[in-house]
Amino acid sequence: MPDRLPVKKTYKLFIGGAFPRSESGRTYEAEGQNVARASRKDVRDAVRAARAAFPKWAGMTAYNRGQVLYRLAEMIEARAAEFAEYCSGRDEVERTIDRVVWYAGWTDKLAQVLGSSNPVAGPYFNFTVPEPTGVVATLAPDEPALLGIVTRIVPALTGGNAVVAVASEAHPLAGIELAEALATSDVPGGVANILTGYRGELAPWLAAHMDVNAIDVGAANGDAPDLERAAAANVKRVVHGHADTQSPWEVAAFLELKTVWHPVGQ
Amino acid sequence: MTELEHRQDRAPVPKDWTYAPAPEARDIVRLEERYGHFVGGEWLEPTETYTTISPASEEPLAQVGQATEAEVARAVQAAREAFGNGWSDVSPAERAKYLFRIARILQERSREFAVLESLNGGKPIKESRDVDLPLAAAHFFYYAGWADKLEYAFPNRRPRPIGVAGQIIPWNFPLLMLAWKIAPALAAGNTVVLKPAETTPLSALLFCDVLRQAELPAGVVNIVTGDGRTGAAIVKAEGIDKVAFTGSTEVGKAIQREVAGTGKKLTLELGGKAANIIFDDAALDQAVEGIVNGIYFNQGHVCCAGSRLLVQESIYEPVVEKLKRRLGTLRVGDPLDKNSDVGAINSKQQLEKIQELVAAGEEEGAEIYQPPCRLPEKGYWFVPTVFTNVAQSYRIAQEEIFGPVLSILTFRTPEEAVEKANNTPYGLSAGVWTEKGSRILWMAERLRAGVIWANTYNRFDPTSPFGGYKESGFGREGGRHGLAAYLQFEDGVHA
Repeated sequence: MPDRLPVKKTYKLFIGGAFPRSESGRTYEAEGQNVARASRKDVRDAVRAARAAFPKWAGMTAYNRGQVLYRLAEMIEARAAEFAEYCSGRDEVERTIDRVVWYAGWTDKLAQVLGSSNPVAGPYFNFTVPEPTGVVATLAPDEPALLGIVTRIVPALTGGNAVVAVASEAHPLAGIELAEALATSDVPGGVANILTGYRGELAPWLAAHMDVNAIDVGAANGDAPDLERAAAANVKRVVHGHADTQSPWEVAAFLELKTVWHPVGQ
Repeated sequence: MTELEHRQDRAPVPKDWTYAPAPEARDIVRLEERYGHFVGGEWLEPTETYTTISPASEEPLAQVGQATEAEVARAVQAAREAFGNGWSDVSPAERAKYLFRIARILQERSREFAVLESLNGGKPIKESRDVDLPLAAAHFFYYAGWADKLEYAFPNRRPRPIGVAGQIIPWNFPLLMLAWKIAPALAAGNTVVLKPAETTPLSALLFCDVLRQAELPAGVVNIVTGDGRTGAAIVKAEGIDKVAFTGSTEVGKAIQREVAGTGKKLTLELGGKAANIIFDDAALDQAVEGIVNGIYFNQGHVCCAGSRLLVQESIYEPVVEKLKRRLGTLRVGDPLDKNSDVGAINSKQQLEKIQELVAAGEEEGAEIYQPPCRLPEKGYWFVPTVFTNVAQSYRIAQEEIFGPVLSILTFRTPEEAVEKANNTPYGLSAGVWTEKGSRILWMAERLRAGVIWANTYNRFDPTSPFGGYKESGFGREGGRHGLAAYLQFEDGVHA
């Protein structure tokens, strides 16, 4: 018998900046732990939280969003040892941190690379700026456990979107740990929401939800065609994200482009 | 007695409504008695020194080095070695992380730097605290992000660093100008030798402690202090690949001549004589605030200051009247007082230059207005000044005064405003005040200046390129474009 019995963590959902259990009262066992098994109602709560948080996040200056994401990198670095236990190890954690820092540096550069001033043939000033699409649903890949979910969530956040992510069904603990880093990182509550549970059960509700603007089905495996069909109901942007990649075009996938015309004259 | 009267009776009633002193604490800054040059990560004992003072009190603050040619050569050598032995091999993502660290440390130590900046430079604490420091940190943060994204800024051009940059900065925004120079240079992978201005070396010397905390490799940033002789030695030094200068047009021209034929790359951010143009449909109170901010911000020690006010004739009287009334509310005094709007003139030499030009304005026939104002007895001060009845040919309408002195001219049509605004050898900035959007853009198309502010003035942001047309210099600082000054490209096309 050990001298002291450790206090074990309850693995919960991350919705609106809080850590509720599933309203369904269900859990499932993954990686040796009882993990919350989210329901359709939890999905809808998460989308509502994301929608409510979106204006504030999108309305922040790009510089401010960059600093908040950099703070997220600081928080992951501070918990690097714990994160290493939930993924392939220290190397994956470090790549994850560096990826978050890389995206933190993109927030205030996206408009300079993706936007344009357009020389229209007439007395008009015309420019195009990227804007976030809104609420983004993401299915996290199973591997790499930590880098994968970060690779899918952070580009959407970088562009100013709010995210509802379904953690890997097989390796959900990295996602839950990430939620704890997010909760202490100045990312406003509701901007990033992480659900655990059965992907096949949750993904269709997200794909069909009328208040979700984009869905990343890269990790949906065989279910992608059905999800894409459901996404058509409100013309969602469908993205097939990769588990380990970084590019400003990953951000662009979750952006709209707005063009403004203004006359020039005395 | 009603409850209200009872309360008023007990409340302490101020006898007069003037501001009580609100000095920012000075003890956050710990000054050394003597500073050397920061070379190769170590302090090099200087062979010659001079005293740096507080322009608000003439109080000596510290002894700093006057770098000789030999000392500059050592700094350049340290930068060369750092470039060759490691820094250029540091991965761009790691380079970014050093810059992020510097940004964070500047944020953490911002009050200390703000106090030092006001102490050594004379600018009001509310400006150093709310403008210089946040912008300096933001500049490092912004360029940190570029360090590992250069191929997105210059697609198909294979950007690479130039080598060693020699950077010479002015005294009006000492730490901010340091940030404008060092952040893009390091993001692009160069090493630097930087010289702060003769009168404001202390924030750059304290910045060396930030570099220590950030664990930046030795020799990547070297700082030498001194006057124009030190600057000249940097420009001439063999191991310098690129010169970046911010300062007067006169010195800029001398530097351009000096580097001619050497193959050194050059960017210049020089003087200005910006027009701030007010149309009759402008929101006048807002415009008056903009005029005041445009010329009295930082005592007018701003290269892009709105030093020529062009007022549409029909609103001349109300604008001048509102402006004079507003001038009377400006508080001139102790830079460390949180209520001061206008601080001390940076140096005796600069004060004399302002006095000389103001005297010339009066002699040439302009009408001077200065609000009643009690100035401190010690230190260098100048009352915020407005000139009316100014002809375009007057020296105060042509030469950069670099002080709190505004010259007012009038115009009738937009065409005339453009012509008068462009009628100077400078072309750094301009301001346009009108509620008509199309007119803002029409004016912006025709003004020969690198930055146009519309219904605002003196806005700065790391993402926004800054720099001049004509004799205000060439090259841009800030934004994606600011990187180009510190890169060379393997596509065979010059930057």
